[in-house]
Amino acid sequence: MSDHKKNDQDHDYETTGHSWDGIEEYNKPLPKWWLMIFYASIVWGIGYSIMYPAWPGVKSATAGILGWSTRGDVEQAIVDHANELAPINAQLASVDLEDIAADPELNTYAQNAGAAVFRTWCAQCHGSGAAGNVGYPNLLDDDWLWGGTMEDIHYTVTHGIRNEQDLDARYSEMPAFGRDDLLPKEEIAQVANFVMTLSGETPPAPDLVAAGAEVFDINCASCHGEDGAGDRFQGAPNLTDAIWLYGGDYDAIHETVVNARFGVMPPMGGAQLSEAEIRAVTTYVHGLGGGEAAE
Amino acid sequence: MADTPPSAPSLYESREPIFPRRVSGPFRNLKWALLAVMLGIYYITPWIRWDRGPALPDQAVLLDMANRRFFFFWIEIWPHEFYFVAGLLVMAGLGLFLFTSALGRVWCGYACPQTVWTDLFILVERWIEGDRNARLRLHRQKQWDLRKARLRVTKWVAWFLIAMATGGAWVFYFTDAPTLLRDLLTLQAHPVAWTTILVLTATTFAFGGFAREQICIYACPWPRIQAAMMDEDTLTVGYRDWRGEPRGKHRKAEGAETLGDCIDCRACVNVCPTGIDIRDGQQMACITCALCIDACDDVMAKIGKPRGLIDYLALSDETRERAGNAPRPVWTHVFRPRVLLYTALWTLVGVGLVVALVLRPPVEMTVAPVRNPTFVMLSDGSIRNTYDVRLRNKHGEDRLFALSIDDAPALTITLEGEDDTTVDVRANETYLQRVYVTAARGTPEAQNERTEFVLRLEDTTTGDMATKETVFNGRDN
Repeated sequence: MSDHKKNDQDHDYETTGHSWDGIEEYNKPLPKWWLMIFYASIVWGIGYSIMYPAWPGVKSATAGILGWSTRGDVEQAIVDHANELAPINAQLASVDLEDIAADPELNTYAQNAGAAVFRTWCAQCHGSGAAGNVGYPNLLDDDWLWGGTMEDIHYTVTHGIRNEQDLDARYSEMPAFGRDDLLPKEEIAQVANFVMTLSGETPPAPDLVAAGAEVFDINCASCHGEDGAGDRFQGAPNLTDAIWLYGGDYDAIHETVVNARFGVMPPMGGAQLSEAEIRAVTTYVHGLGGGEAAE
Repeated sequence: MADTPPSAPSLYESREPIFPRRVSGPFRNLKWALLAVMLGIYYITPWIRWDRGPALPDQAVLLDMANRRFFFFWIEIWPHEFYFVAGLLVMAGLGLFLFTSALGRVWCGYACPQTVWTDLFILVERWIEGDRNARLRLHRQKQWDLRKARLRVTKWVAWFLIAMATGGAWVFYFTDAPTLLRDLLTLQAHPVAWTTILVLTATTFAFGGFAREQICIYACPWPRIQAAMMDEDTLTVGYRDWRGEPRGKHRKAEGAETLGDCIDCRACVNVCPTGIDIRDGQQMACITCALCIDACDDVMAKIGKPRGLIDYLALSDETRERAGNAPRPVWTHVFRPRVLLYTALWTLVGVGLVVALVLRPPVEMTVAPVRNPTFVMLSDGSIRNTYDVRLRNKHGEDRLFALSIDDAPALTITLEGEDDTTVDVRANETYLQRVYVTAARGTPEAQNERTEFVLRLEDTTTGDMATKETVFNGRDN
């Protein structure tokens, strides 16, 4: 609307025919550049719907000639992610176990990766918070059947406990003193009463304790130790502490002596988890509050 | 002819090129000054340095998206303090409302980047191709000779350089400016930097060089929003038609006394950057840049008439002056209840932000009790609870933080991976520390379902403290 153009008042513009309170609406042309962009968008839209998934059908949408899909994107992202983590996984798999904690970056990675591994492979038995259950050890406390150093945990995770798949699995077996008639019923009652006193509990029949001590000495001390403090080399539990895997009341202890216990953990090494994943979950479990320092 | 129906109007309308003439006067000078100040701020700000310690960037104003930190001189905003940014945006919004009700479209006319850069581009255009008439002649010259090609190419290159500097300056706000400049010069900069510069160069070049008033008239929503905020007291640029009309060339011989002050010299139209005739009345395309006021005042001075035929006017004054009364002073238009309300709201948010800033704690921690499980029994029968504690070191140096428990002697505290109750937190980081609190066997804390206690954090360097109340869960039997 520069100087060679007339004012709107003098111009003979058509109106749209709309009229509100005497106010009419001009029917003016749109700017050419605006319309061009509009047409270009339509062309773009057609091209886009040919190249990419677009038109919905009964079962699926048109695939688009580029073959792009969100699922393919995710697969690529997973591959990229694995490639990105390859160097730190290689580092984790090769450093000395005790040196992981010293490297803040590696330690943070191992803790987080280990938490993911734990939730996938371990939480079914040990619980999502690692608090365990009857028969499944609590991994948060300071009591370890087979040891709580990085080395010990790493070995347990790799080979498992009392399984048939891995010949290197930690293995021990308590005799079933009742079921196999190794001890008469009276002596089982005596030793069960005695074992309760080891951890400071009051047994139901204190008069049997003295006799029970004798039974313990002959039959149990070889694995659990004369003081009942257990032996990690054989996975013999410490009977003097407050923690009982299968329960610490008279009935539970009696049951253990009669039928014995045989907890099994599958090996995670080999086909299940990579060395980096095992070390990650080892670091995670070690950092849950019960981890022990190497000797 | 009168009986034939009018043919349907074309769907297309080409842009009418506008060639604003050079103008001088107080408003033009004000606009030049503002342009220099605002462009200066824009280009210089990323280069101001500010020492924050070895671990933090030394750029005074830095929007560090990668590390999620905003730096503004002595202020550092962490992601959890983003409400400061929200508050600033609220202030910016209220500020626009405030200025619009007080001074009309002053943002459009003086401060909008579209206006500022268009002004700059027109200035360059005038330096290279000459003033309005020269540019018009060049435009109408259909034949491309060497001179036209030279002028056009020179202008485009100059525009392009300005556009590139504009896009280039923008990226410096988001990363360390000297490093990025070196990377750009050695062609090693991050693709995001190149893409950003490319896009902003293209938009600046197109918007400032070619689209210009089209952005204001067709693309920008602000003129529409502003229409809803205007009232009869809002200052706009207006033409005193009761004084100017009937317009006409003044000739001494024939009845000049019957004509108004407007001599129809079209100075106001020729200087207008949006190509409108302000004498048609207030219209949406007017960005109230006031250049027509300068142009008209100049003419009025030359023909010996008082200034202000075109002037800042409120609608209420128009009716007043038509009736022969004096206009109300400008301050009565500016200081109205609505303006005072906006000012109060704006100040309230501002004061709130400053108070929040001053009261911001120097050390911070969050405590999340681990609930899976709520407690663990240890081999000696004691009860232990675990807490995920996040420690925030806002300083530019590593700090040693000490954790302790207030007034609960039965509870002892240990930290995962630490031999004592102190932990090193690296500069400018949040550190997640597992904290264990233990109650010995037989103590009330070990037996009661819940015991409240206070965890205390101390920065061992400064002595700054932070406390958090949390809960210890016993065996519940």
